[in-house]
Amino acid sequence: MPHRENTLEAESTTADLANGDGGGHTPPPSPARRRRSRGLGWAGRLEVLILVGPAMVVFLAFVIFPVLMAAYYGFFSWGGYGPATEFIGIRNYVNILTDPAFIEALGHNGFIVIFSLVLQGPVAILLALLLNRRMRGQSLIRVLIFVPYVIAEVVVGTGWSLLLQTNGAVNGLLDKLGLEALKQDWLSNPDIAIWTLMVIITWKYVGFAVILFLAGLQGIPEELYEAAAIDGASYWQMQRQITLPLLAPTLRIWAFLSIIGALQLFDLVYIIWGQYVAATAGTSTMATYMVATGRNAGNFGYGNAVAVVLFVISLIVALIYQRFVLRRDTAGALTEGKR
Amino acid sequence: MMATLAPTVRRPAGRPARRPARSRGAANRARGNPGVWFVALVVIALMLGPVIYIIIGGFRTNSEITVDPAGFPVVWHIDNYLDVLTGGVFWRQVLNSTIVAVATSVGAVTLGLMASYVLARYTFRGRGVLYALFAAGLMFPLTVAITPLYIMVRNLGLMNSLGGIILPQIAFALPVTIIILVPFLKAIPDEIQEAAFIDGCSRLGFFWRMVVRLSMPGVITTGILAFIGSWNAYLLPLFILNNDAMFTLPLGVQSFSSQYSVDTAKVMAFTALSMLPALLFFSIFERRIVGGLTGAVKG
Repeated sequence: MPHRENTLEAESTTADLANGDGGGHTPPPSPARRRRSRGLGWAGRLEVLILVGPAMVVFLAFVIFPVLMAAYYGFFSWGGYGPATEFIGIRNYVNILTDPAFIEALGHNGFIVIFSLVLQGPVAILLALLLNRRMRGQSLIRVLIFVPYVIAEVVVGTGWSLLLQTNGAVNGLLDKLGLEALKQDWLSNPDIAIWTLMVIITWKYVGFAVILFLAGLQGIPEELYEAAAIDGASYWQMQRQITLPLLAPTLRIWAFLSIIGALQLFDLVYIIWGQYVAATAGTSTMATYMVATGRNAGNFGYGNAVAVVLFVISLIVALIYQRFVLRRDTAGALTEGKR
Repeated sequence: MMATLAPTVRRPAGRPARRPARSRGAANRARGNPGVWFVALVVIALMLGPVIYIIIGGFRTNSEITVDPAGFPVVWHIDNYLDVLTGGVFWRQVLNSTIVAVATSVGAVTLGLMASYVLARYTFRGRGVLYALFAAGLMFPLTVAITPLYIMVRNLGLMNSLGGIILPQIAFALPVTIIILVPFLKAIPDEIQEAAFIDGCSRLGFFWRMVVRLSMPGVITTGILAFIGSWNAYLLPLFILNNDAMFTLPLGVQSFSSQYSVDTAKVMAFTALSMLPALLFFSIFERRIVGGLTGAVKG
């Protein structure tokens, strides 16, 4: 029963994200019914090789190998041309972790992680509930809400820069509404810039959360709501007692993706604020710090070391999350226990 | 390892294959509730406002925009759009983006489906490790690997070529593709496979005749995700493409907006036009994307 293996596998993999199955679909098999299978013969091994080989080669060559090389270059002072010869041990890493600019960027990433969850989560749940109703024009509304998610970061960044510049449309609109007092330098005022960024991030990515949640909602059996309605439950009681618990696996996967995305945020900040302004406006992230101090400063060794730090931080967060949060999904406690 | 037992195990009799309920969850009686409509409209206005502003801005003149940044066009000028559409630069970038996106999604789906088939339906030692390796790829953002990737592409002689973008993009699209496709392929009932084997079909034959067709929804979803990801990609083209003849649309938008930074209206027209293809593509396939993610999320 292919389904069932997820439970086992999920516990052994580090990034078993989309596998929200959680063993919830099928009750455990009776062991007596299992039949022992023989291993693959040489023909089977050849098939495996033919089928996995191409993907493996491309994946190793263009994902794993460059990542390992990044770790290697991190120990060198290296300008990007010729072989790296100037080995400097962990000096790059010491410099990074003691650089106030990096610590600041790390703080911004932390801020973005938390407020991405806090802002997008509730909004997306409400929107998904709204869009899950049968109403006229429903599919059109769905498409429209996903529009920002589909538009390229570059386009979003360019567009919002135009909207938010000092003499841009947002301030113009405030003028028209007689709210001159609220006019701001949305992008350059360090007190406000990161909130501006949060608004843009929410605007851009909430659609993705809604897609995921809608998908999750469609898996909740209608009978549960029918039963609850017979018992006299109100709409909000149903959402609280049925929807939220059953949507929890999806929520946890979304939160995971959101956290990782927030830690690695680059495009939007880099396009709207550019490398130098990002630091003074208080919106720099680890990734913009990496490009600014690495590639743009011609110090590729240092940039690679930043990449490694960024990766290690993401990995630690991911592992902690897997260990303490996603584990509940793989235990199958949620869906199984309540049926 | 339990997994080694799986493919030949028979589904216990009397327990029907459980299909994910296609119900609309909370879809219920409140059909035309005005409050719901109001919220929906506000949300849509917020989501679309900036986009519409850019589109409308393209119909205005620069002096209008300077005087009144948040207004409507006095006269609707189409010159900005005509300039962009007849300029050649835009179309070349659309072509480049299309080539890269199509090649990336076809490549990622083809390689991903082959690998997923093995991961979902073959049993062999090391399969868990293999799956974990691909899944761990989700943890490696392109950002981390960009410098070595750039050097490697340079050594392969692929700088300034679309191939230099396509190959890495296929590689980075594989983890998501595989993670979405494996549950799809696992969900194909064993009975079908057994019946095919009894009829003398080999595993490879089963793959070509049945699996490819049965997993079509997942294939389309992952293909679309890869396509959109590629269409919007910025960092990799930024490193690999220096020659503006090879620019893809995102690079084009950025270079256009810095080149014509004083000509705001034209920048808006260019930006608006560059959004269109992805939007059209997405609105056509929206159902597929949601459907595919349902499969992925609910196993």
